[in-house]
Amino acid sequence: MHPLAEKMLRKSALPSIYCPGCGHGTVLNAYLRAVDQLGIFDQISHVGGIGCSGWTPVFLDSDTIHALHGRALAVATGLKLANPGRKVTVFAGDGDCTAIGGNHFLHAARRNIDLCLIIMNNEIYGMTGGQAAPTTPSGARTQTSPHGNPEPTLDACKLAVCAGASYVARYTVAQPRRLTRAIKEGLVHKGLAVIEAVVQCPTQAGRYMHGTGSPVELYRIIKEKTVDLSQAAGLKPEELAGRIVTGKFHQDPSQPEYTEQVYGLMDRARGGS
Amino acid sequence: MSSVIRIDQVFCKGCRLCLEVCPRGVYEAGTERNAKGYLAPAAARPEDCIGCLLCEMTCPDLAITVTVIKKEKKRCAAS
Repeated sequence: MHPLAEKMLRKSALPSIYCPGCGHGTVLNAYLRAVDQLGIFDQISHVGGIGCSGWTPVFLDSDTIHALHGRALAVATGLKLANPGRKVTVFAGDGDCTAIGGNHFLHAARRNIDLCLIIMNNEIYGMTGGQAAPTTPSGARTQTSPHGNPEPTLDACKLAVCAGASYVARYTVAQPRRLTRAIKEGLVHKGLAVIEAVVQCPTQAGRYMHGTGSPVELYRIIKEKTVDLSQAAGLKPEELAGRIVTGKFHQDPSQPEYTEQVYGLMDRARGGS
Repeated sequence: MSSVIRIDQVFCKGCRLCLEVCPRGVYEAGTERNAKGYLAPAAARPEDCIGCLLCEMTCPDLAITVTVIKKEKKRCAAS
């Protein structure tokens, strides 16, 4: 067993339920490294929603809540407000966060509450059978769009920046070091840190959308599609269509944080300064 | 530089991502199935390992542990 797994994972839940070659495992791997380097594992509570991504906190031997579908952020908001001294990490999938829990995502970003939100984007609803999600590429073939997805794609990072999240970054599984660094920055950041991790899904997205169930092929596809933020600035919108732009999109530690605002208000209402 | 590479046979699901990410071709596809029926790869050439840890960081099942052994620098004998 890996020393990090020995230290931080729940042995009774292992080996993980992920399919062979699932990118969610790589994100868990990066998360363990980030937390280990910061040395704050016992200070963090983990919240997950439903779906493959929602299983991630189950493997972590810590305080864990497995919430309803899409409600991970809502539960985490309550946890953080009740115990502001606790660090909270939320693991959500693309469908969990941007479709079913889209409302909570929007308002967590608007409030800028001090959470670390890791969105694992596999471009599909993996666990429920491969339905099209808002992040599914336009024209892609899925179980619910056998003739191609007619809908345009949602960019979770753009939405987070627009709604007011104070730290927004996106990396892929092919950039494990950068992903680890982003998670580290997100954990120490005061305010909502949105980290989107683009992952491969060999079972659902791979077989139906990309025509291959091989994790290696899908890893290559992600690598080929990746464009760094600095390079993307010089490209036209049509050249960026279908590409994955990675990098740190936004960081503003000066934005007011929700928990502090609420507790400040409570102090003032009690007649304090 | 060489490394001691340990592949956990209980955790490995034979996805072969380690074969893909290794820049030096240290890994080779496995030939024997493990207890769960997966073809776990083998670290065939650990002496070629440069200690970049990409395989360890990419492994979705935390099955790979790389321990880098640094060779001592050769020093010229004082004449």
